[in-house]
Amino acid sequence: MSAPHVPSRAPAAAVLPERGPEPVKITLSVNGDEHTFDAEPRVSLLDALRERLSMTGAKKGCDQGTCGACTVWVDGRRVLACLTLAIACEGHEVTTIEGLAQGDELHAVQSAFIEQDAFQCGYCTPGQIMSAVALLKEGHDGDDAEIAEWMSGNICRCAAYPHIRAAIRTVRDRSRDPSHGQT
Amino acid sequence: MRPISYSRADAVADAVAAVAADPTSDFLAGGTTEVDLLRQNVLLPRRLVDINDLPLAQIEDRPDGGLYIGALARMSEVAEAPSVRERFPMVAEALELGASAQLRHMASMGGNMMQRVRCGYFRDAASPCNKRDPGSGCAALDGFNRGHAVLGVGEHCIATHPSDVAVPLMALDARIHTEGPHGRRVYAIDDFFLLPGATPHLEHPLEHGELVVGIEVPGTPMARTSRYLKVRDRESYEFALASVAAAVTLHDGVIADVRLALGGVATKPWRARHAEDVLRGAPAGTGTFRRAAGAEFASARTTPLNAFKVELAQRTMVRILETLTGTGTPSGTETDAAPDTDTHTDPGREGQP
Repeated sequence: MSAPHVPSRAPAAAVLPERGPEPVKITLSVNGDEHTFDAEPRVSLLDALRERLSMTGAKKGCDQGTCGACTVWVDGRRVLACLTLAIACEGHEVTTIEGLAQGDELHAVQSAFIEQDAFQCGYCTPGQIMSAVALLKEGHDGDDAEIAEWMSGNICRCAAYPHIRAAIRTVRDRSRDPSHGQT
Repeated sequence: MRPISYSRADAVADAVAAVAADPTSDFLAGGTTEVDLLRQNVLLPRRLVDINDLPLAQIEDRPDGGLYIGALARMSEVAEAPSVRERFPMVAEALELGASAQLRHMASMGGNMMQRVRCGYFRDAASPCNKRDPGSGCAALDGFNRGHAVLGVGEHCIATHPSDVAVPLMALDARIHTEGPHGRRVYAIDDFFLLPGATPHLEHPLEHGELVVGIEVPGTPMARTSRYLKVRDRESYEFALASVAAAVTLHDGVIADVRLALGGVATKPWRARHAEDVLRGAPAGTGTFRRAAGAEFASARTTPLNAFKVELAQRTMVRILETLTGTGTPSGTETDAAPDTDTHTDPGREGQP
């Protein structure tokens, strides 16, 4: 331990309010709607979505942050719901696969997945799609190698990877060609 | 996961005071390691203090051409910052070669410095582990240790330090800023990571309640052409078997200055000082690079399963130095201009180890 040692500012901090460990009221904004439910602070965002809010789109694959099946967005950024505590998402906007379509009209990436046959068993698909839409927004869609690298956090046991990349390319190319009119 | 309580702090002083006053409280940032280890009952805090709302997400230029990176800047934000990409490309490369896009959006830079090892025995609460349960022994010594360290190891722990970005930060002599119950401290990064020695459960010189608030990267002109080379079992989303962060300046074909650090092979992010000593003042070329790499690994201690890392890491060092200096190329020019890593290609070297 080297380096300067600045004297303490002697923080007279207030005691932080503590919630839990018993169930507490948690309010989340999911797909633009506010939901309030009771859950312990240890409950993950994934379990809160699936078990408390009956939004079963995000899937529980590994529950340890390696498979990507639980990918959702928090404040517009793709994250893993299994390694996120629900209570830590209060005050932030959560978006799940259920929030992607506009009414009955599928998101362009959802349509492209169907069109390109980009899944077999379908279990990883909600995570793949949430990741793919974010990848397109992030601009990591230059070529197949770049798409593969920036989709590497989403594992597909059926190995539908070539078709997943094709679906992403389809949406990328349509968004570059205004005559197709959909993005 | 055991039951936990939760508090959220919006001021650094509040967070520090809350954790410092309670041995059973810990900070929570991105959570990518911590929540995983909570679920496996490897970490057992009573309460988490969520620090994600603290104003520590800045990425600021320093007058010396360096940077100050707030502890809550996310890996993805740092990787895409123009100042990082232009002045410290090896930092951006190390970040983008680590984890996955989702994890990089979550994981904070401070949390990256504090992340725990990936040793399977550390993460398995049923195995002996001196890091998790001091004095219980080390199951990795005679266990499945293919991924374990060969440098900085001892009788008590051989777990590899998992961070990518800490490797270029080590090469850059970064400084870790903390705020704790006894005020603000600044650590040289080499002092911030402890060798396991007889106390592998002590990984940092921090006291309980001391919070990483930022990382200072000194201005380093030679880092503008730096690179990070990572070798692993699969192409993406995997920890390093061996990785090297390097920056080199040449003068008339002689190495004027060099920074070299290693990942994937040591119990802490490893500054390759022995190799640097061989390289400084020596003519750039494969022979010199091999001698330097050999000097660094002279003290390596291996197991039958991880012995391959010694040769692999040396080849990785030679490869990145050849790339940075443009040596071994058909044109073979070694100039005192800034080395351009992109214009030198050598098809003849591709198949070589």
